[in-house]
Amino acid sequence: MPSEKDADYLALAARHRPPAPTWSNAVRAFAIGGAICMVGQLVTDFFIAHGNSPGQAASPTAVVMVGLGALFTGLGLYDRVVKCGGMGGSLPISGFSNAMVAPAMEYRREGWVLGVGAKLFAVAGPVLAYGLGAAFVVGLARLLVGS
Amino acid sequence: MSSGHAPTSTRQFQNVAVVGHHAAGGRREAAGPLGGNLDQVWEDDLAGEATWEAAEAKMAVHVLGGAAEGGGWQLADVDVVLGGDLLDQLVSTNFAGRQHRRPTLGVFSACATFAEAVGLAGVWCELGSARVLAGAWSHHLAVERQFRFPIEFGYQRSPTASWTATAAGALAITQGAGPVRLRAFTVGRVVDPGSTDPMDMGTAMAPAAWDSLQRHLEAVGETWSAYDRVFTGDLGMVGSAILCDLAHDGHFGRVHDDCGRSLYRPDQDVHNGGSGTGCVAAVVASHVLPHLEDGRWHRVLVAATGALFSPTSYQQGESIPAVAHVIELEAGR
Repeated sequence: MPSEKDADYLALAARHRPPAPTWSNAVRAFAIGGAICMVGQLVTDFFIAHGNSPGQAASPTAVVMVGLGALFTGLGLYDRVVKCGGMGGSLPISGFSNAMVAPAMEYRREGWVLGVGAKLFAVAGPVLAYGLGAAFVVGLARLLVGS
Repeated sequence: MSSGHAPTSTRQFQNVAVVGHHAAGGRREAAGPLGGNLDQVWEDDLAGEATWEAAEAKMAVHVLGGAAEGGGWQLADVDVVLGGDLLDQLVSTNFAGRQHRRPTLGVFSACATFAEAVGLAGVWCELGSARVLAGAWSHHLAVERQFRFPIEFGYQRSPTASWTATAAGALAITQGAGPVRLRAFTVGRVVDPGSTDPMDMGTAMAPAAWDSLQRHLEAVGETWSAYDRVFTGDLGMVGSAILCDLAHDGHFGRVHDDCGRSLYRPDQDVHNGGSGTGCVAAVVASHVLPHLEDGRWHRVLVAATGALFSPTSYQQGESIPAVAHVIELEAGR
């Protein structure tokens, strides 16, 4: 229930707020996200060249990209990738890895159970909860509509 | 209906002096414009401790010791320590007390804590002979993990977000004369303009700063021209621009400066500027007091501002209230 006075103030304040650099962010997200996907493609090609079908290559590729995300998080570099690339760094599976490994590193000092165990999903939890929820709804719809 | 009581939250002091001060900062703070003035630089984020929280407590112990030494005191001679931080349950302030063993009063007004501690020290010393240490401290990494995300989690900060400083400052305050006098203290009102963005504290805090500054000015019967500088706490770029717009007074604009803006250079990737309980403390101890001691400035106001929210309150959709406490410092003879 903001009063009229508050609304006037917030309008005044908004005039002094620097705009978010939307365009340069978009360009950097494109470049960083594209670069990560290119690495993913190279990894996929590697597995295909070693006797896997494209379908079979998907799983080991995800494992490698998650591993790379974890490695770069551990080296203290992945947060810089996302700082620069925004969603271009967060959205690929390596970004998901960052969201899991960062809390694991962070809460190690609070112990294995109440630290790492309890807070491992502090950042990625919502993605898992709603991702699994959405998958369930879509799967149910497909079952009902029939394929 | 009036009871005849005219409420005031300003106390003026006749006989309180700041006789010692000590400021510390981390690497980023040392690389800023005031880096050369810091008494101590903590190159290692952990300061040799196992956790950032323990490092913050260690920083507190060191600046308190440094301020006591600056006043020519032994730590054992200190009557009371007043201080605060941003961590839940004021752990670093109280854990520091576990080490220095002086009677300790933890105080909290978020990033306005320093002014609260110094002002209360003034009240304490005006009442009678005393040696009081007042200070505040914050550690970027300890605060970040409590208020935001795990350190290694990648995200983009908004252009209005402030950078919590790894910084600490403490003053030695006593009854009597000294190079700098503490002249007055105004307790701020909690002001809430309805802002809900925790990444934009300048917007949330500027009205509180303006409210307290006006009330202080009225209580002491002065105009802006009486002051060499009027420092606000951590309004940063955005909040300072808003404040000057609210003030709409050319003279205020000329004397106004901001601690959050002073601690870093604009190219240090801190967006809106510095914040955190230690920011104002370190700027006052390393920048404001030396200017008063050597006579470059004669009279200065410091309105430390604090955003009084918690992660729980903003997740529950509450807007962000803020407070500003004002201390007035004057060069002694």
